[in-house]
Formats: sequence, C-alpha cells, structure tokens
Amino acid sequence: MVENRPWLTWLTHAVLVIGVLVVAFPIYVTFVASTHALFDLVQVPMPLWPGDKFVDNYLQALTAGLGEGSGTQAIGAARMLFNSLVMALGIAVGKIAISIIAAFAIVYFRFPFRMTAFWLIFITLMLPVEVRILPTYKVVADLGLLDTYAGLIVPLIASATATFMFRQVFLAIPDELTEAARIDGAGPMRFFFDIVLPLSRTNIAALFVILFIYGWNQYLWPLIITTDQSMLTIIIAIQRMLAVGDDQAEWQIVMATAMLAMLPPVVVVVTMQRLFVKGLTGTEK
Amino acid sequence: MEKRVVFNNRVLPYLLLTPQLAVTLVFFIWPAVQALKQSVLLEDPFGLSSQFVWFDNFIALAEDPLYLESLYITAFFSGAVALLALTSALYLAIQADRVIRGATLYKTMLIWPYAIAPAVAGILWLLLFNPTMGLLPYALGAMGYTWNHYTNGGQAQFLVILAAAWRQVSYNFIFFLAGLQAIPKSLIEAAAIDGAGPARRFWTVVFPLLAPTTFFLIVINIIYAFFDTFGVIHAITQGGPAGATNILVYKVFNDGFIGLDLGGSAAQSVVLMVIVIALTVIQFRYIERRVHY
Repeated sequence: MVENRPWLTWLTHAVLVIGVLVVAFPIYVTFVASTHALFDLVQVPMPLWPGDKFVDNYLQALTAGLGEGSGTQAIGAARMLFNSLVMALGIAVGKIAISIIAAFAIVYFRFPFRMTAFWLIFITLMLPVEVRILPTYKVVADLGLLDTYAGLIVPLIASATATFMFRQVFLAIPDELTEAARIDGAGPMRFFFDIVLPLSRTNIAALFVILFIYGWNQYLWPLIITTDQSMLTIIIAIQRMLAVGDDQAEWQIVMATAMLAMLPPVVVVVTMQRLFVKGLTGTEK
Repeated sequence: MEKRVVFNNRVLPYLLLTPQLAVTLVFFIWPAVQALKQSVLLEDPFGLSSQFVWFDNFIALAEDPLYLESLYITAFFSGAVALLALTSALYLAIQADRVIRGATLYKTMLIWPYAIAPAVAGILWLLLFNPTMGLLPYALGAMGYTWNHYTNGGQAQFLVILAAAWRQVSYNFIFFLAGLQAIPKSLIEAAAIDGAGPARRFWTVVFPLLAPTTFFLIVINIIYAFFDTFGVIHAITQGGPAGATNILVYKVFNDGFIGLDLGGSAAQSVVLMVIVIALTVIQFRYIERRVHY
C-alpha cells in the first residue's frame, strides 16, 4: 500500500474476513449437519451448533452409508474412500508416468512422425469425456472394463497438459548436461533416470498434487461406468444416497459422507499449498 | 524451441510414446471418430439398424426448441458463473495483495474450496438452500420470500450458478493474486507520486497489466462452466425444474444415456466438440501472445 490509511487496512481485513466466512460457511453447516440426529436436523430452523451424534453418524457413514437396496448389500464409505483413493492415485501416477516418457521421447529424439505424435497428443485437449461420452462408454464396455479399476483409470490417463509441462521442463535442462552424459557413455535411459528424473522432481510433485485432486473429484466418468455398488467412488456415492425418491434422505449420514469425501483433497491442498499453487500456475499457463 | 543435443535410437522413442498414444487412440480419437460417424446416422436404440441421413440430426437439433433453450441456458449460466467467480476473486485478491499481516492465512483459507469436487459443492449448497430444512430459505421466509428451487426455475438457476461459482473463486483468486504480485511496485508508486488515487491507480495501471491474466481466466472459467459443472447440475437439480438448468453437457448425457437417442446425442457431442476446439484455439493463440507480452 502506498498511502498509510489505518481505516483502509481495517476495511481490507474486514473484506477478507467476510470472504473467508462466505467460503467456509457451507462447510461449517455441513459439519454441523453431520453431527446431529435426523430428527433434530429437520427442525426448522436447523441447529447452528454441532450436536452429539458425531461418532454415531460417522460410524454409520463409514460402515453402512449406502443402505440395502433390492438385491444389494449395505455398503459403507470406507470402501468408497478406498475406491476413490485407488482411482486418484492411479490417475495421478499413470498420467505422470506416460506423459514424462512421451515428453522425453519428443524432446530428446529425432524420428519420423515426431510432430504427428505431438499433434495427436495435443488433440486430447480438445476432446474431454463430455464430448465423446457414448462412444467412449462403448469402447470401455467392449473391452470388458465396466466396474473395474482399470476402466476407472486408464481412459483418463492420456494427458496433453502434463506432456507439455514436462516438455517445457526438459527444454530448460542445459544441453551441456546431455553432452556430458553422452561423453561419459550414458545411454538415453540412463540419462533419463540419473539426470532428467531428479531434475524434474519438484515438477512431478506439483503435478501429482493437482492430478490427485483431479482424479479424486472425477464425476461423469465414474458415474457412467460403475453400476456395482462396491465400485462406486465416494463422490458418486453421495449423490446416490440423496437420490431416494420420496423417502426422507438421511441428511446427517449424507453430510458425514460429504465431509469424508472432502477431507483427503482438502488436506492435500492445505498441507502442500506451495506445490499446489506451483502445479496449478505451471500446468495451465 | 528444439534441443541441439539429441540421442540416436530408432526404436526407443516409439516405445516411449506407445503408452500415451495407445490411450489417446483407443479412448480419445476412436470414440471421437465414432461420434462424428453417428452424428450423420439414424440408429434405432438397440443398434440393430442404421441409416445414413446426412445432416438431418443437426437440422433436427437446430429446429428443436428444447435444444435452443438449452443453448441459451448454457450461455447465460457460463456467463453468470464466470462473471461472479471472476469479480469476487479479483476483489478478494486485491484485498489480499494489500494486507501485510496474516496474508498467508487468508490465502490458505481462500484456496481450499478448489479441492472440493463440484458435485460435493453442489450438495453443500443444496443443504443450505433445502426448501424444508435449509437455513437460507428459513431466513428468506422470515422476510416474506418463498424459496423452492424444486419448482421455481429462476431460483434453481441462481442456486447452481452460486454453487458452481463458489468453487471456482479459489482458482481465480490464486491466479489474480499471482498476477497482482507480479506487478512492479515502482509503477504504482510512480502513479501515486503523480497524484493518482487508489481507484485511478487500479484502473489505469493495475487493471491493464492484469488484462492477460483476466483474459486467460475468462476462457478457463467458460470451459469450467461448460464442462466441469456437470456434477453440480446432476447433484442439485438434474436439469430441472422443467429444463431450467438443462445445460448442454447435461443434455448430452441425458439424451444419450437415459433417452437413448444415439444420433441426436452424437450430433450434440459434435456441437460441443466444435465449442471446445474454438475455446482451445482461443486459449492457445492467447498464450502465444502472452509469451511475447
């Protein structure tokens, strides 16, 4: 600030505090809702202070959040958290692995159809799941991948943004290092593992944070390819729990599940904030 | 930019590219080609017979009042989400750039909604605005205003816009703050010495320098509102009431998976494809410019 105006400082803080409150209010209400019995929750107005059913609700959400349906057993959020974790880790690791070697091939080799490969990868940017939803579903169904982890993960791991990011990183690695490695008799893979990988460590970590959140928050894809209750991701499960038709939804359990679904990605963002911001501003630009 | 020093190997680069290209071809290119093909075919729901119908599916779309309404709703929805998310994020970023004490804490507290899935964000707002038990309908009711987004289309639109924008504010905030912090303080001080007040400094110095970031974010926000808000819609309104929140992406899903109209859904996919390609081209042309800025 150029001028020293104490009232302006106060105003700034006030605006920020209001911003933070608006951002946090829905989460707070969700937490409150997850600690009450349904009976207290449907009172008008709903309570504003946490209740005493925290342990009960979270236990029920974890073990039997999605109740018994016709021919299906009750299933808890524990299983869905595991599914989401497998999916998020699979997508993050898979994207990074195949993108880093693809970028390495494009930057460090000259070969026929190099630009063709580059453009093919670029095209994936223009084809999000939403624009090819039915045919992609059909491919996955034909391959027998419905309701499997492979079906949840593999179709999402092609990544133009990750490939481009690694390309930028590799282009910034000095040529002298490559020359030195070659003089010392290192082959391309030796050079990749001993020099390129260690030099890209922070970028890999930053990208991992972003991709973990991306994978965890996937919605449309798991929605269409999972029908088996035991393969649902946590995000889909919440929607499933609310879609009860005319019955009263068990809001306290739904909200406990929502808290559980938010927790892992929020913890990742808050604890790895620097990497997160780096990954975000680095991959999108 | 190209490397001067490269390795020589005839097979290795192809091996390295295989996984990425295999996934791209099987799950991206091939389905996209299928969508293009289906968009010019008329098929029965069981896939038993199909007939080549030229552009009939597209003509049917262009004449379908429901589709045109969906197009209009999508445009309004994306515009509103982008406007709301951008202006509030910019305002907060300006304030956060100004404070010295507690800057990191504010930043952390404003960033984390980005980690919340759009569908979950939708559920949170659904609880707040639930007509029977939500806090806000209760407060509105006390002021004599009836809230029921299950029957009132305008209220349903308002709710999905709010939920979709709420999550995107953090993303925009991160970029605006980075943009603001990159502006040299000497420029602002020079303007202050010349007698420009805070508002004038913002409009003549800060805002023009922030224009590249703003433009980039507008494109990203529109892409977000077009495609990533599917979860919000599916969780809160399912396109209703009476199609008031039936955005294009939701309609493709609904017509294809629930209505089983393969040709019509494929034609809608192709229209969406054209929209993404246009947005991507704008985004990349602009990034090209930004490098030389």
